[in-house]
Amino acid sequence: MDKTPPNPRELTQNPLKKIWMPYKNGLPEKHISQRKVCMTNCPTLIVTVGLPARGKTYISKKLTRYLNWIGVSTKEFNVGQYRREFVKIYKSFEFFRPDNEEGLKIRQQCASAALNDVRYYLTEEGGQVAVFDATNTTRERRETIIQFAEQNGFKVFFVESVCEDPDVIQENIVQVKLGSPDYTNCNTEDAVQDFMKRIKCYENSYETLDEVLDRDLSFIKIMDVGQRYLVNRVLDHIQSRIVYYLMNIHITPRSIYLCRHGESDLNVKGRIGGDSGLTPRGKEFAKKLSQFIQKQKISDLKVWTSQMKRTIQTAEALSVPYEQWKVLNEIDAGVCEEMMYEEIQENYPLEFALRDQDKYRYRYPKGESYEDLVQRLEPVIMELERQENVLVICHQAVMRCLLAYFLDKTAEELPYLKCSLHTVLKLTPVAYGCKVESISLNVEAVDTHRERPENVEVSRMSEEALLTVPAHL
Amino acid sequence: MHTDRRKKLTQTPLLKIWVPWMGCNLNRRRGSSVPQFCNSPTLIVMVGLPARGKTYISKKLTRYLNWIGVPTKMFNVGQYRREAVKIYKNFEFFKPDNEEAMRIRKACAAAALKDVSSYFTKEQGQVAVFDATNTTRERRAVIMSVAKEKGYKVFFVESICDDPEIIAENIKQVKFGSPDYVDRDIDEAMADFVQRIECYKASYMPIDDDKDRKLSYIKIFDVGIRYLVNRVQDHIQSRIVYYLMNIHVTPRSIYLSRHGESELNLLGRIGGDSGLSPRGQKYASALAAFIKGQNIKDLKVWTSHMKRTIQTAEAVGVQYEQWKALNEIDAGVCEELTYEEIQQNFPEEFALRDQDKYRYRYPKGESYEDLVHRLEPVIMELERQENVLVICHQAVMRCLLAYFLDKPADELPYLKCPLHTVLKLTPIAYGCKVESCFLNIGAVNTHREKPANVDVNRDPEEALQTVPDHI
Repeated sequence: MDKTPPNPRELTQNPLKKIWMPYKNGLPEKHISQRKVCMTNCPTLIVTVGLPARGKTYISKKLTRYLNWIGVSTKEFNVGQYRREFVKIYKSFEFFRPDNEEGLKIRQQCASAALNDVRYYLTEEGGQVAVFDATNTTRERRETIIQFAEQNGFKVFFVESVCEDPDVIQENIVQVKLGSPDYTNCNTEDAVQDFMKRIKCYENSYETLDEVLDRDLSFIKIMDVGQRYLVNRVLDHIQSRIVYYLMNIHITPRSIYLCRHGESDLNVKGRIGGDSGLTPRGKEFAKKLSQFIQKQKISDLKVWTSQMKRTIQTAEALSVPYEQWKVLNEIDAGVCEEMMYEEIQENYPLEFALRDQDKYRYRYPKGESYEDLVQRLEPVIMELERQENVLVICHQAVMRCLLAYFLDKTAEELPYLKCSLHTVLKLTPVAYGCKVESISLNVEAVDTHRERPENVEVSRMSEEALLTVPAHL
Repeated sequence: MHTDRRKKLTQTPLLKIWVPWMGCNLNRRRGSSVPQFCNSPTLIVMVGLPARGKTYISKKLTRYLNWIGVPTKMFNVGQYRREAVKIYKNFEFFKPDNEEAMRIRKACAAAALKDVSSYFTKEQGQVAVFDATNTTRERRAVIMSVAKEKGYKVFFVESICDDPEIIAENIKQVKFGSPDYVDRDIDEAMADFVQRIECYKASYMPIDDDKDRKLSYIKIFDVGIRYLVNRVQDHIQSRIVYYLMNIHVTPRSIYLSRHGESELNLLGRIGGDSGLSPRGQKYASALAAFIKGQNIKDLKVWTSHMKRTIQTAEAVGVQYEQWKALNEIDAGVCEELTYEEIQQNFPEEFALRDQDKYRYRYPKGESYEDLVHRLEPVIMELERQENVLVICHQAVMRCLLAYFLDKPADELPYLKCPLHTVLKLTPIAYGCKVESCFLNIGAVNTHREKPANVDVNRDPEEALQTVPDHI
C-alpha cells in the first residue's frame, strides 16, 4: 500500500549562482545538489613513486594545478620541502645513503609530518585530493601510506614514473635540480655529480609497482615520459580524469600564444558580449598580429578561434588555416548581452552588485558564470596539453580562464586578470611553471577591464557601482 | 590596396558559422562546434582469442565515435566468412592444419580490408574497426603493411582474459544466438565453441611489449581491471583510450525521463525555465512510486539546472546531482515562443530547421549537434556508473537515446520522447533493450514531425501543419 509521498520541497533560485535549491522556512536547505557533479565521495590521496629526477614533482605540481582549476580542491605535499626545513643545510648525497641511520630517521619523521598535514588538509580543511610527492620507492614505505589512508578513510592512487633514458634524466637535472636550494652554492658539475650519486642511493632498494604483487592497488605507471602507461584498477571518476590528464600531457618544448580578437565595434561603445565585427583599429591589430606571428617563425603553428565574428576576422588576417571552437565563445551575459555597464546598473542593480561580490561564481540571468566557463573550456585545455605550438584567439573572460590555468591563479583572482586588447601573451613552460611574455602590438584600443569597486553592497549608490567602469564612447 | 571581396565574412544561415565567403570549404565541414582532429584515416585492429569481447568492444566503440561525429564503420571478418561458407559445420574449420579453410579465411580478411579502403576513399569514413582475432604476428604484419601503403594510422586493441567464468558468460550471451549455432543445442554449441578457441590458442601471439614497442596499442586485461597503453599518436586515439577505459560490463539499467509537464509545455512554448503544471506534479509523484517499485540498488539521480527537472527530482525524494550540461537546447532568439510565433517572426529560420534539424542552430542559440558535444561528458559518466535515472528534456533525451540505440543524426531529432514516459535501457548482448513505461498521467504532446514542405517559400499553414495542440 503506497503511503502518500511527502510534499515536494519548495524551490528557490539562489540569486548568485542561479541554482534552484529546496528551501524551508525561508532558508535554503543544505543539499548535495548544490555541488557540481560529485567527483569524489571520500578524499583521495595520490602518491608519487619513482627515483629522483623522474618528474614526480613536475607531475605533482601540474596535476595539482589542473585539479584546482577544474574545481577539485587539491594540495601537494613535497617531502623534500619538509626535509629542507628540518635539515637547514644540505651537505651532500651522503645524507641519502641507505646506511645513514640518522638520515633515515629524519626522512621518516619528515614523511610522517607530511602525512599529518595531509590528514589535516583532507579532514579539517575541506581538501578533496592530496598529492604526496616523495620517492616512495620501497613496498614497505608504500604499505605504511596505505595503512594511513585506510585508517582515515582516504582512497589511494599511485602515480609511478619510470625512466631510464639518460638524456631525459640529464635534462631534468639541469632544468630543476641545479636551481634547487640544495645546490645554491654549488657549481654545475659538482651538483650534477652529487645528484647522480643521490639517485644511486635509492636504486638498490627500489621496488617498482608490480602487476602481480601490487595487483590490488590502484595505480598508473608512466614509462619513458609517456610512451607507455600501465593502468591498474581505476576506482572512480576522479581517478579516471587523473589518468586521462596524465596520458595527455607531454614535455616537448613549445609555446602557447593567447590573445583576444582585435578591438570590436561593441568594445568601443562600452557594450559587453554580442557578435560584432572589428573596428579599423581592430583590423590594424589583426595585420600586426600576422606580422608578429610570421616573425616568430613558429614551426607547425595551430590557430584556434571561437565561433564569433570578431575572432574569426582576426584569424583571417593571418592567412593560415584555423579551427573554430564554439566552446571558446565569450561568456554568455544572458539578459545583459550587448548592454553597457551603466545600463546594467540602471536595469539590474542587484545583479550588478552580486557580480561584484563574487565575480567567479556569479551567473548572469539566462547566462553563464566564470565557473561555467571553466567547465566548458576543459576540453580546450586538454587539447592544448596534447598540442605543441598553438595560437588561441579568444575573448576577455575566456582568456582569463585559460591564463588562470597556466599561471595557477585562484578563483578569486581569475576574473580580474588583466587581458588587454591588442596584447599577445606568450606562454612557455619552464621548470615547474610557465614563463609569460606580454607583447603589446602597439595599436591603440579601448580599455575593457573593470576593477572591483570598493562598495559591493546591494544598497550602494550608482556612482559607487560605476566608479571603475573604463571610458568608452 | 583593393578590397578583397573574399575577406568579407558571412554567417552561414543553417549552422550560423562565420566563413570567409559563401561556398568555401568551411561551409561543408562536419562537426561544426568542435574542430575535427583527424587528418589521416585510422584503422583500429582488434586482437584476441574468441569470446574475449572483441565484437562487443568494436560495436560499442563504433557507436560512440559515430555519435560524437567521427564517421566510423566496423568490419567483422566472421561475417565475411559466414557469407563465403554458407553452412558452418563445426570447429574443424578453424583447425590450423585445415589448408582449404585457411585459404578462405585469408581471402575474407583481404576482402574486408578492401572494403575498409573503399570506406575511407569513397565514403569519407574516418575510422574503420577491423574486428577479427588477428592473433598471429603474421596476420598483423599483413594488415600493417596495407595500412602503411595507404597512409592509414593503425591502433591495436587487444583483449586478454583467462577467467573461465567470464568466457563462459560471454559464450552464453552472444555465441549461442550466432548464425553458426542456430540449429545446435546449448551443450553441443558450448563444446564446439570451446574447441574452436583451442584451435587459436596454440598459435596465439599476444602483442609483445618489447618486439612491438613501436606500435600504438591498448591491451585490456580482465575486462578492464588493468590496461597497458603504448604510443598514443593523436587526439582520436587518446579519446578512444579514454572511452575504453571507462566502459564496463556490470549489469545495470539506465532510466531516461523528461521533467513532468511544465507550464510552458501547456502553452505550446519552447524553452524557458518554468515550473511544473499540476499534471506535471502528479507525474513527479508517480515517478517516485515507479522508482520505488523498481527496487533499484544504489540509484543515482541526475537533473539539469532547470527548475522543472529539479522539481521532478524533488518528488522522487532521493539525493540528486544537477548537471548544467543536461539543460535543454538553447533556442536563442526563439526562447519561450510558440511555433506559430516562430513561423510569424522567423519564417526562414523555421524552414531551415525543418531542412536539417540536426545541424540547424537557432540564432544566438544551439543546434542538436552542439547538444551532442555538450552531452559527451554525461555519456562518459553514464558509462562509468551503474544504475542511473536521468531527468532531462526533450532534445537532450533524444541525444542520449540516440547514443544508446545507435540512431543516426538524421533520425535523432525526431525520436519520440513523450512527457510522462520513462524509458528503461538495459544493455544486453551487443545492444540495448528498451522498455517504455507510460505512467498514466495525461500530458500535452510536444512532438512536432517534419512537415511535407520544408521550402523557404512554403505557406504558413504548410509550416504549421505538424504542430501539436496546445492552449
